[in-house]
Amino acid sequence: MAKSAKASSNGKAAHWVGKKLKRKEDPRLIQGISHYTDDLKLAGMLHCVLVRSPHAHAEIKAIRTDAARALPGVVAVFTGEDTSGVGPVPCAMQMPDLKIPRHPVLAMGRVRYLGEPVAAIVAEDIYTASDAAELVEVDYEPLPVVTDLEKALGSDSACIHEQFKSNQAFTHTLKGGDIEAAFKKADHVVSQRMINQRLAPIAMEPRAVLAEYLPGENRMTIWSSTQIPHLLRTQVSVMLGLPETAVRVITPEVGGGFGSKLNVYGEEGIVPWLAMKVGRPVKWNETRRENFLATIHGRDTINDVELALKKDGRILGLRCRILADMGAYHQLLTPLIPQLTALMHAGCYKIPAIQIDIVGVFTNKMSTDAYRGAGRPEATYNVERIMDIGARELGMDPVEFRLKNLPQPKEFPFTTITGLTYDSAKYQDTLKKALKLAGYDALRRRQKAGAKSGKYYGIGVSTYVEICAIGPSAATPAGGWESGTIRIEPTGKVTLLTGASPHGQGEETTFAQLIADELGIDPNDVNVIHGDTLAVPYGIGTFGSRGTAVGGTAAFMATQKLKAKMSTLAAHLLGCKAADVTFGRGRLSAKGGKKSISFGELVMAAYTAHSIPAGFEPGLEATHFFEPPNFTFPFGTHIASVEVDAETGEVKIEKYVGVDDCGNVINPLIVDGQIHGGIAQGMGQAMWEELIYNEDGQLVTGSFMDYVIPKAHFFPEFTLDRTVTPSPVNPMGVKGVGEAGTIASTPCMVNAVCDALSSIGVRHIDMPLKPERVWKAISNAQGGAHNGQEPQFPPELSRAKRGSSTKTSKSSSRRRP
Amino acid sequence: MKKNVTINVNGAAQRAAVEPRLLLVHFLREVAGLTGTHVGCETSLCGACTVLLNGRAVKSCTVLAVQADGRKVTTVEGLADGDKLHPIQEGFWEEHGLQCGFCTPGMIMCSHDLLEHHPNPSDSEIREGINGNLCRCTGYQHIVAAVRNASKKMSKRAPARAGAR
Repeated sequence: MAKSAKASSNGKAAHWVGKKLKRKEDPRLIQGISHYTDDLKLAGMLHCVLVRSPHAHAEIKAIRTDAARALPGVVAVFTGEDTSGVGPVPCAMQMPDLKIPRHPVLAMGRVRYLGEPVAAIVAEDIYTASDAAELVEVDYEPLPVVTDLEKALGSDSACIHEQFKSNQAFTHTLKGGDIEAAFKKADHVVSQRMINQRLAPIAMEPRAVLAEYLPGENRMTIWSSTQIPHLLRTQVSVMLGLPETAVRVITPEVGGGFGSKLNVYGEEGIVPWLAMKVGRPVKWNETRRENFLATIHGRDTINDVELALKKDGRILGLRCRILADMGAYHQLLTPLIPQLTALMHAGCYKIPAIQIDIVGVFTNKMSTDAYRGAGRPEATYNVERIMDIGARELGMDPVEFRLKNLPQPKEFPFTTITGLTYDSAKYQDTLKKALKLAGYDALRRRQKAGAKSGKYYGIGVSTYVEICAIGPSAATPAGGWESGTIRIEPTGKVTLLTGASPHGQGEETTFAQLIADELGIDPNDVNVIHGDTLAVPYGIGTFGSRGTAVGGTAAFMATQKLKAKMSTLAAHLLGCKAADVTFGRGRLSAKGGKKSISFGELVMAAYTAHSIPAGFEPGLEATHFFEPPNFTFPFGTHIASVEVDAETGEVKIEKYVGVDDCGNVINPLIVDGQIHGGIAQGMGQAMWEELIYNEDGQLVTGSFMDYVIPKAHFFPEFTLDRTVTPSPVNPMGVKGVGEAGTIASTPCMVNAVCDALSSIGVRHIDMPLKPERVWKAISNAQGGAHNGQEPQFPPELSRAKRGSSTKTSKSSSRRRP
Repeated sequence: MKKNVTINVNGAAQRAAVEPRLLLVHFLREVAGLTGTHVGCETSLCGACTVLLNGRAVKSCTVLAVQADGRKVTTVEGLADGDKLHPIQEGFWEEHGLQCGFCTPGMIMCSHDLLEHHPNPSDSEIREGINGNLCRCTGYQHIVAAVRNASKKMSKRAPARAGAR
């Protein structure tokens, strides 16, 4: 299985793999001549607008739709009663004590979060549909709103789903080793409550669904901006009661997902249902406001983390209690996300005992679910922050402390105490490379010198490992394999049908590169098709940094099958052994190279079938369903250097360095792009982004005016480098890279800012590190240190009360070497 | 009450009777049939809908079609010269300045305005220049490289114009 991917299977040096090939996707995108779902227009197409609840929790007493129906241009108006025959929005999770409330596509009787849809308008154009939505009158009787995670679990809290008698959605414990003993033996125990705030994924293309139903053919075609066309087809066929063979899902261009389109939404059930009902194609396009309200959110956990340490710096154990906000309903994978958090609490360290206890909680908010990293950024944040807090407690440099606890390269495959087996790594190499690239020692010297002149310089380090290439099927709700079908057409052009569903990751290019090398042809002769369930064999989709490591491997394995078949035919035609046939430079050659046949001639021979060996099936097509034997575990070290202005609380990001190892690299340009984007999103969480529901369940940061999506000038130029440790999990040695930057950068930034302020006793500040919050932490620390009196703070402007947002320690630590 | 408008889009006159409330972006997408201009927020904050109106970048989701009556609009579809890409498009392709591509038309049109008025911007001027346009995929670094790439190409190709400034 494990084979160096430096050489393709013909033994020749790779030609296209490893090259910075310009993307095949781009010409159509940079000219604006491609099509996202909202760009599609069908004859007779109608437009849908949804009426959404302005309350977070309320009884629906009455809905009056007469005025809306009477508006010229309105074709139909439906409410929850009408759509009661549509199956519920699905949750794919199964766990012993998991409570799954029925999640109707349109609210019935009660609304449970702001923006829950209560009626659907279908009209000739979007303007008329929007006008009609204004005319729908709904009588609501507001109910007590549950937004605070801890209060939600109290016996006096209002109940969101009364049948469950509490707001507890599930509990889950993951443990390994003797955690009690670890904490008993500890010389030091550090603990910290950390809030991982709620985020909006914000793909630049909002969601969109277009559906057309042809009753004669019994053919439902759904165009949707999704990451999972096949899973969507299965689920929607169940929701609509149609045979799965009658449903075709097409994903046109998809304008980003970041996990938010790894889901099955109510709209993906309603819109096809409407198309059946009115007998014309119907399109729904999400507004950005709806995107904030009704597309899944990410993160939103309260974490109480404890680390048990020996005084020599060895970690004895880690314990964490996680309260995870589910929102009002479960979307497809909502309860899974905090379990992924639990799984990765070993980080990249040798930790002999771990216990993670999770409580999932219902609140009157939009559901949380997978957002770039999906549970792993939360784990890495907990681990990397408590590592810094632990280092400070011990008086050790955070790098020295990390080096003491990293497993050595010879210890791989390395199995954590909670049972994951990390495939391959050289953590020390990425760390050392990053230290050099960042000029770590010089940064520390500057920090020391700066302290004398009142400058607050901080250096943040995060050494991360992530779990990618999701994943072995036994560990995933819907199967974790991927499909690939390769077909060489009679003219010699190659079609790859992949079950992966790229939406920005560039796999039309990377897959073409790897196939071109295998077949000895040009990548321009390889056409990668994805996102059409009628064309592509069943697949799982693109998420969890699995596109290349699982989908790419399926393509690679299918190509190997096809090469074996081609070798058999070439051997027959050339009079040699099949094992002696090599591929390269557009030819198939017998050993020694004297006899050969062009790629095109061989292909044509397979189709004309005039001279084929006995038992040889004509045609050239092969399919492989790749089941990964394990996850992959990319890793790396990121370092940030910041200066904090103690007067204003502003953080200046001076330098950002990332050294990542995602195994073998197929297209370095694309890998760098993935890391840049990841860093930006992770930094967005650390510094600026936060979804805030107030006590009434109103989303007060639900627009681009209030929710800060970072802009170009927020960032310094990122400096990247990499090490290459091939994965033994797949034959290409690739690991995955889509989420690495996000996972690494969030704790890196917070570590940097807390490091800058550690000398005045700031121990931890909850994200996002907006100036107001940093300033408060500084004032609090200085006030406490100077005279023990509370400083005067500016009024808390925004944050919903939830746990403690800022903790400072009065003992200042100046023991840094 | 509908109003007749004539808007010159990428060199061709587009005539239609439109509702006064029709947004320019919807005129371009629905009437002119040019869907390269995207709607990302409807509030002029994301920049996905950026087009040139009489040569200056505007966010077409907050311009009414009637306001563009009698004027010239350039969209991303109007940049390439037949098969020959515009240098900004080339820059985005060569430097991997896009991933999902949704913000890209707006980003390209905004960069067009920037380079028209600042032919040789520094990296920080590029970052400031595109700060009305959001991208969620790239972290902007390759977009900055793309604009830098385009600026070099454009100043090489148009020395006469640069000299005449």
